[in-house]
Amino acid sequence: MAKIKGDILVNVERCKGCEVCIAACPSSTIAMSKEVNGKGYHFAMKVNNDCTGCMNCAIVCPDGVITVFRGKVE
Amino acid sequence: MEEPFVKTEIRKDENIVYKRTNLLVDRPLSYCPGCGHGVVHRMLMETLQEMDIQDKTIGVSPVGCSVLAYDFMNIDMLGAAHGRAPALATAIKRLWPHKFVFTYQGDGDLAAIGTAETIHACNRGENFTIIFINNGIYGMTGGQMAPTTLPGMRSSTSPYGRDVQTMGHPLKITELIANLPGVYYVTRQAVHTPNHVRKTKKAIRKALEQQKENKGIAFIEVVSNCNSGWKMTPVQSNKWMEENMFPFYPLGDIKVDGKLVEKKETVVKE
Ligand SMILES: Cc1ncc(C[n+]2csc(CCOP(=O)(O)OP(=O)(O)O)c2C)c(N)n1
Ligand code: SF4
Ligand code: SF4
Ligand code: SF4
Ligand SMILES: [Mg+2]
Repeated sequence: MAKIKGDILVNVERCKGCEVCIAACPSSTIAMSKEVNGKGYHFAMKVNNDCTGCMNCAIVCPDGVITVFRGKVE
Repeated sequence: MEEPFVKTEIRKDENIVYKRTNLLVDRPLSYCPGCGHGVVHRMLMETLQEMDIQDKTIGVSPVGCSVLAYDFMNIDMLGAAHGRAPALATAIKRLWPHKFVFTYQGDGDLAAIGTAETIHACNRGENFTIIFINNGIYGMTGGQMAPTTLPGMRSSTSPYGRDVQTMGHPLKITELIANLPGVYYVTRQAVHTPNHVRKTKKAIRKALEQQKENKGIAFIEVVSNCNSGWKMTPVQSNKWMEENMFPFYPLGDIKVDGKLVEKKETVVKE
C-alpha cells in the first residue's frame, strides 16, 4: 500500500543552529549536528525516517533554510 | 559529510511542499540565530507573492535590527529616519494610492522615538499597514530598556529590573491606538510556533486586503523574542516570552472592521 512520507533538506551553510525547528517537529526528526558549518554553527539534521512532511520546522525556521518534500512511497 | 536518512524517492522537485520564497533575496539574514524578525519577513514576502503584488508594494524600513529589511525583501523600499516610518508611508500612500504600503518597525522605533508619528498617522486614518515587532527592548543597540520593557525586566539600562516607580510603566501602544477612529484593524500575534506563524500570516493578508477598501490603518503587533538582548538561548527566550510577555501583551484581535473586540483576553491587567 502506498504511504505518504516526508523529507527535509536543510541549507546547512545558512542554518544558524537556533534549535527552534527541533521543538516544532512532531516526529522528533531533527537534531543538531556534532560538526559545525562554515560560520561555526551546529546545524539541523535528520535523525530518523519519521518525517511526514508537515512543514512545521520550515515554517518556524527564522532563516527559512528548510525545504520540505512530501510524496507517496510504495 | 554523508547525509543520513535521505529519502531519495521523495526528495524530488515535484514533491516540494515548502520552500523559502524568492521574494526574500537569496542572502543570509543579518539577524541573530532564532530571532523572530526573519519569520515575519518571510510571512510578509509569502503574502505578497500569494497576492501577486510584489511590483505593487512599497515598504518602509525602520532604524533598529530590521534597518536592513530592504536588503532582504525583494520589493521597492525606503528607509526612514528613526521612528519616522509612518510619516514617510503617509507620503508614499498619498502619492501612490493604488500601491500597497507598509511600515515595518520595532518597539523602540514605533513606541519611543516615533510615538508622535505613530499616533498621528493612526489618528489621521492613513491607509497603510503597520507591522510592529515588539521584543520589549532596543535590540540593535545592545538591549537597552524600551517603553515596552516589562515591569521587573532586566535590560542593559535596567540591570536590576525595570522599576516602574522611577522608570515609568510599560506602554501598551497597541491598545492605545486601537481606540483611535482612524484605525480599522488591530491584532497582536506571535511567530515562535508553527500555528502562531500561520495566524500572523493570515493577519498580514487581512491587513493588506483591507488596503483596497481605504478604511484606515491596519496595525499588526508581533510579540517577538530578542534572545541576544534578553541573554537567553532562542528556545529559552521563546519560553520566557510565553510566560512573561504574553500575560502582559495578550495575543488576539483587538479591533476588527473598525470595532473594538470585547474579549477577556484583551482586558489590560497589570
Ligand atoms: C535619531 C536616532 N536616535 C537613536 C538611534 C540609536 N538607535 C538605533 S536602533 C535603536 C533602537 C531600536 O530598537 P527597536 O526599534 O525596538 O528595534 P529592535 O532592534 O529591537 O528590533 C536606537 C535607539 C538612532 N539610530 N537614531
Ligand atoms: S516536515 Fe514536519 S515531520 Fe518533517 S522534519 Fe519538519 S517538522 Fe518534522
Ligand atoms: S530553525 Fe532553521 S536556523 Fe534554526 S536550527 Fe533549525 S534549520 Fe537551523
Ligand atoms: S539583537 Fe535581538 S532583535 Fe536584533 S537580531 Fe538579535 S535577537 Fe533579533
Ligand atoms: Mg525592539
